[in-house]
Amino acid sequence: MGYTAEYENSFPIEGGNFDEAGVVSLRVKSILKELGFPGDIQRRAAIATYESELNIISYARSGHVRLRVGPHQIRIDAEDQGPGIEDIELAMKDGYSTASDRIREMGFGAGMGLSNIKRCSDTFEITSERDKGAHLKMLIDTQ
Amino acid sequence: MILASLVEQLNLTVRCCGERLDQNVTGGYVGDLLSDVIAHSDRGNVWITRQSHHNIVAVAELKEHAGIIVVLGRNPEDETVRRAEEVGIPILTTELSGFEVAGKLYEFLHR
Repeated sequence: MGYTAEYENSFPIEGGNFDEAGVVSLRVKSILKELGFPGDIQRRAAIATYESELNIISYARSGHVRLRVGPHQIRIDAEDQGPGIEDIELAMKDGYSTASDRIREMGFGAGMGLSNIKRCSDTFEITSERDKGAHLKMLIDTQ
Repeated sequence: MILASLVEQLNLTVRCCGERLDQNVTGGYVGDLLSDVIAHSDRGNVWITRQSHHNIVAVAELKEHAGIIVVLGRNPEDETVRRAEEVGIPILTTELSGFEVAGKLYEFLHR
């Protein structure tokens, strides 16, 4: 994106560890609150982070979420090492999910995560390489 | 209506954060799919669910819910209660179904 981030932090996420689900998104929310962003921006960024976090926990071996705050935008990158997303267009469809029964039983894997991210970000891009991992890039305009 | 009146009217069991029942309830949402709740519930809502595992706490905290009502007599895990206490999200339980709780809440809020 080529701007100097005014704030930057990166949070590691362990695949399969549902105990920690939400930890990173709540951190992101409280950081943005401390930086003085309005509630709406905090919530949108936190939801986008939550869904990315859950994707990593549900499907990948490991990954991280990187938060960067620039003068006009908040940028969130979620990168993982895992199977990748085979069909991105299909994955974006509401209700489509490859989650296991165990994941679904907990109420995850509803197939709504990526559309939630899309709704909460101003720009949303997914890149993925099979058997390597996925990279979700989310931008939220703040001005 | 405040959460305390709902507790009284529906005879809910307060599992934690009894000191935070003075919050205003803006509405409610019924759901067991976490992403659905994230997408469609609003700040100040009570979340009515049959999920009782500890991941519900982070969702309620993210969405700034007034509280969580765990229905059908399901018993929240100790870890759920511990985490909810930590972040101040009241957890209420009832033998009633989600349908009954939602119906009554709707009536209270719209009469």
